[in-house]
Amino acid sequence: MKFSEEKLNKAKEIIARYPDGKQKSALIPLLHLAQEEFGGWLDVPAMDYVAGLLNILPIEVYEVATFYSMFNLKPVGKYIFEVCRTGPCMLNGSDDIIEYIKEKLNIREGETTPDGLFTLKPAECLGACGYAPMMQLGKHFREHLTKEKVDAIIDECRRNAAINN
Amino acid sequence: MKLLLEHAHVEGIRYYDAYRKNGGYRAVEKAFKMTPDEIVEEVKKSGLRGRGGAGFPTGMKWSFLAKPEGIPRHLVCNADESEPGTFKDRYLMEFIPHLLIEGLIVSSFALGSNATYIYIRGEYAWIVDILEQAITEAKNNGWLGKNILNSGFDCEIYVQRGAGAYICGEETALIESLEGKRGNPRIKPPFPAIQGLWMRPTVVNNVETLAAVVPIMNIGGEAYSKIGVGRSTGTKLLSVCGNVKKPGIYEIDMTQSVEEFIFSDEYCGGIANGKKLKACIPGGSSVPILPANLLLKTAKGETRYMNYESLSDGGFATGSMMGSGGFIVFDEDQCVVRHTMTLARFYNHESCGQCSPCREGTGWMYKILKNIEYGKGKMSDIDLLWDIQRKIEGNTICPLGDAAAWPVAAAIRHFRDEFEWHVLNPEESQKRNFGLAHYADPIHVPTETA
Repeated sequence: MKFSEEKLNKAKEIIARYPDGKQKSALIPLLHLAQEEFGGWLDVPAMDYVAGLLNILPIEVYEVATFYSMFNLKPVGKYIFEVCRTGPCMLNGSDDIIEYIKEKLNIREGETTPDGLFTLKPAECLGACGYAPMMQLGKHFREHLTKEKVDAIIDECRRNAAINN
Repeated sequence: MKLLLEHAHVEGIRYYDAYRKNGGYRAVEKAFKMTPDEIVEEVKKSGLRGRGGAGFPTGMKWSFLAKPEGIPRHLVCNADESEPGTFKDRYLMEFIPHLLIEGLIVSSFALGSNATYIYIRGEYAWIVDILEQAITEAKNNGWLGKNILNSGFDCEIYVQRGAGAYICGEETALIESLEGKRGNPRIKPPFPAIQGLWMRPTVVNNVETLAAVVPIMNIGGEAYSKIGVGRSTGTKLLSVCGNVKKPGIYEIDMTQSVEEFIFSDEYCGGIANGKKLKACIPGGSSVPILPANLLLKTAKGETRYMNYESLSDGGFATGSMMGSGGFIVFDEDQCVVRHTMTLARFYNHESCGQCSPCREGTGWMYKILKNIEYGKGKMSDIDLLWDIQRKIEGNTICPLGDAAAWPVAAAIRHFRDEFEWHVLNPEESQKRNFGLAHYADPIHVPTETA
């Protein structure tokens, strides 16, 4: 388990942002890199690898990885639908969107489709309240969701997955 | 009156050339002709108050910064915007990133921070790229890096991504997170101004606060202080969501009445789908919800305005707060019980777990609210909820406990009949909503406080 050359350089660049001896500050950015590099989630060897890079104890990595909701500690699908369900999104029908995704993909909250493509991860407020309902998909937000838009997003993901295979 | 969003719709304003052409980086030019103390004085004069939610005077916060010999100081920009209903900082960073960078350069110079960090919530992943691009442009044009404008002052700005934790918006939790730890708030004192990031003197300010330093420099602190009303000086960004015709970001000079803000076409454009206004949370999910009658007029029957003082008129009994400017509007078909339940779930999810009143209390509140919402509640649950929120408030290290308690308290205070209706009509409440009742009736202004 190792970073690619490119990721390793990025890691070094991040560590250089902090004063000497304060390299632990790079932990969260490095865990983001590790999650990207190692299949969308963090297993123990991945966390231990990051601990080694920062010269800190593995437990210091575990306690951080388990605290923040963006770090996945179990395998996830290729596409994670993080649908916001907090108040402002609820006022604009996020409950219906979540129900529709569950029905359409035949999974429950927190589950992954058997083909390994989709995970449904209900999220708390993501900061797009004026453009509700919404979900995060990868790096970007998908806003003003409707059932039709959800259909289109699912098709888009399936097409992209087929091209990448 | 627009100061922050004056050039928001200029094409290409996200990039350096258009930003500079529209008067960008003039504040930096001006600042470097002044001494750091003069800049702090200018910010003090402006009356600028922290735009993250607490509304603490920024100039005063800056003047608390300790300056021990030989120890570096840091400015940290709080871009962890996570309060439900709030998305104004996102707008600033996404569309006018140079405004923040410019504000950060001036503020870093004023405070003596050679390494300044922007801590941005992890979910705003694409905005990190936008900010880093803006930083590179600023650097290439000599506004950042070594010996800026031959002043002898060096400054670097770094963007740090969080990873999904509302609590990291609390300044000491943010500092812990920036140090690579769990976001557990610290016990104060010592305050960050004395011992903050890496135990060095640190100022943590919200994105909008730091962006506002730019117009303060450009027009002068005194001119800035004349905009607005009383101690609500300058302009404030409001992020509007919920059931209005035109949700989005608005910049106001705080002279508008709440009624004008909600119903005029210049702002929210009224309630969507021809419905009636039921309630509103005017300053982000943590502040008290108000029924329409108390929102538009104070308990004394006076017009309520969109500023710090007027929104909090009546205290928590009959008023609310300006907070972060997350303006959440409810139409007549919304269920206050359900909304409060989602907020309780949110705070339960986001509690860091250090203090037992918050860790346990938020979970209990969520469970009880879930029971009431799904027709399994008892009348005594309402009093139990009241009791739990009272035992959280004021009993925790950081304000998350209060933030979790207040929405529950206000919902019961103003909408108790809606909770009771859920308990008394377990089946019916699953099929229809309680509706408007008397909430929008301007005659029904409570005289007694809960």
